[in-house]
Amino acid sequence: MAKMTGAKILIEALRREGVEAMFGYPGGQVLPIFDALYDVKDIRFILTRHEQGAAHAADGYARATGKPGVCLATSGPGATNLVTGIANAYMDSIPMIAITGQVKSFLIGNDAFQEADITGITRPITKHNYLVKDVRELARIVREAFYIASTGRQGPVLIDIPSDIQMKETEFIWPEKVDIKGYKPTYFGHPGQIKKAAKIISASKKPIIYAGGGVITSGASPELRELAEKIQAPVTWTLMGIGCFPATHKLSLGMLGMHGTAYANHATMEADVIIAVGARFDDRVTGRIDKFAPNAKVIHVDIDPTSISKNVNVDIPIVGDAKNVLGQLLEQIRKAPDTKEWLKTAEGWKKKYPLAYKEKKAIKPQYVVEQISEITKGDAIITTEVGQNQMWAAQWYKYMHPRTFISSGGLGTMGFGFPAALGAKVAYPEKTVFDVAGDGSIQMNIQELATCVCNKINVKIAILNNNYLGMVRQWQELFYKKRYSHTCLANPDFVKLAESFGAVGIRVTKKEDVKKAIQKAISTDNVVLIDFHVEQEENVFPMVPAGEALNNMIEGLA
Amino acid sequence: MRHTISVVVENKFGVLARIAGLFSARGYNIASLAVSETLDPGVSCMTIVVEAEDEKILEQIKKQLNRLIDVLTVTDFTKKEHVDRELVIVKVGYSGKDKAKLEDIADKSGAKIIQHKDNTAIIEMVSGQEQIKALLEGLKQFSVKELVRSGRIAMTK
Repeated sequence: MAKMTGAKILIEALRREGVEAMFGYPGGQVLPIFDALYDVKDIRFILTRHEQGAAHAADGYARATGKPGVCLATSGPGATNLVTGIANAYMDSIPMIAITGQVKSFLIGNDAFQEADITGITRPITKHNYLVKDVRELARIVREAFYIASTGRQGPVLIDIPSDIQMKETEFIWPEKVDIKGYKPTYFGHPGQIKKAAKIISASKKPIIYAGGGVITSGASPELRELAEKIQAPVTWTLMGIGCFPATHKLSLGMLGMHGTAYANHATMEADVIIAVGARFDDRVTGRIDKFAPNAKVIHVDIDPTSISKNVNVDIPIVGDAKNVLGQLLEQIRKAPDTKEWLKTAEGWKKKYPLAYKEKKAIKPQYVVEQISEITKGDAIITTEVGQNQMWAAQWYKYMHPRTFISSGGLGTMGFGFPAALGAKVAYPEKTVFDVAGDGSIQMNIQELATCVCNKINVKIAILNNNYLGMVRQWQELFYKKRYSHTCLANPDFVKLAESFGAVGIRVTKKEDVKKAIQKAISTDNVVLIDFHVEQEENVFPMVPAGEALNNMIEGLA
Repeated sequence: MRHTISVVVENKFGVLARIAGLFSARGYNIASLAVSETLDPGVSCMTIVVEAEDEKILEQIKKQLNRLIDVLTVTDFTKKEHVDRELVIVKVGYSGKDKAKLEDIADKSGAKIIQHKDNTAIIEMVSGQEQIKALLEGLKQFSVKELVRSGRIAMTK
């Protein structure tokens, strides 16, 4: 068999894994790989303007498609610039392959130029990582990396390849199958546990389904819906779970937690059985933990045993893939509980505490998101930055399908939304992709405007510009006596900024122009940035203050 | 409470760092650590002794150890019937007249004197924690110049 260089082996391995697009940035220690890429026609390579942009784009691509996203950077600063993006993917269990160049094998540990111990740095923020020491191991490592990233509880895997290994030659041998002794995820729930769960569900009076990102990862939305309808239980979801259940369904309660709907929070606190599926009882969800859902028996379905009984005590733990376990549960539940009274109560809360904001002459940020929702009819992919923009995008857009809401949940990374939108748009060029941004966050990866314009990745950006780091300002208003320490921004002219990159910029200062601007952005065949000047001191409500019980919300209208 | 945990892992570089990281990230100090190959040279066994400040956190660490790709099994000996042993080597100085006394202490504790030189003895002992503690207590009346311990290793009964 003909010999190939490490660089070519890498490309061939990526091809075998079905990689169609990757994001990255060249540098000294990945030159052999870039040289090999020069002849590659079947993998689209997107040159970003910052490695962090590449990592988030790969993440956005993965969230939109369910396939591992791939990013590539050089050693040292290239690799460390990926770190936030890798940590972000790790916290949200997103399959990602990060490939980094490394200084030549014999220089490792010598403080060589552009050297960083990236496997050491990323050890706590990757599901696994590899330093390739022998070119003969490369194909197997790539195969394993994709397998690890995309099975079990998914996550990022980093492969660090010294530049001499990229140039060494060997035969390309693709392993038939992957066999990792210490890695055997559990995919089906234990039948005994399923039986117990079914019994508890049938006997319940006030059940609630609490769904998280795991439902989306495992493609369990149809089963989730079937279960909800079968047992007539209301459904609430986490930020990561948005899209797993249609927002307009009559059993839908929307998102729960710190900025969840009041009715979702009340229902969770009053429930007698919580069916948690692919969610991890994050502190932003539970509020004060010892006051959380005091009367509920908890059934917790999760593919990662580490997530179970971590924050709340679980009565029926079920380790397995959400889709399989829900299927097993559906088979096992013979008698649906009588939830008529319970649904009436929930309906009452919906009427009493609706999501609301006060109309004013100024543009309300919630109104902007609502208009995007109405105009795109829930068919767009929405990405968000982090902060108020993220919460409004979560609350006011009616998501109907999985993988249409892309947001940094666990790590809360400002600057994620725009490059993630870029990645999603590469995956689905025919779809409208909107990044709902804040004026603070958008400036963290604004350089990717160049990437989008150059590559005709026509992402739309809606900046909810309030001239503040809004969420921090909100906390300062509510909990720090309005001492707005370093949260008021002096911003650039976003329209001119967009134009300087070759994108289209639209400034909107009047409420009556909001719809028009959104429609124009969608119909324009270019990258469009809309700078919405919104009410400056608008707050995200309802809000459960940190450390308070989940039903102790600040409900006030702005 | 002190836990003795055995972690059987793939014998590869970086595994120890991954495992140590799970403890250090929480500010947990590893009290003792012994690592070596098993019958299968591709597999290593690590015996870790750690003081758990919070049992729930230790439970979480154990689950996370299990989650590591290179980890094959995790066993906590604390609530299991087990034997544990440690090797200790002590260098003790004594005055001539105390030689018999030192030998007596070593003998009674089941320790072995492996060298006498210039009023200095090197004593070795392989034993459980209580016995080692008793030996070290007995040696306090002499001048202990150096002490090295191998770290605990353990096995279920």
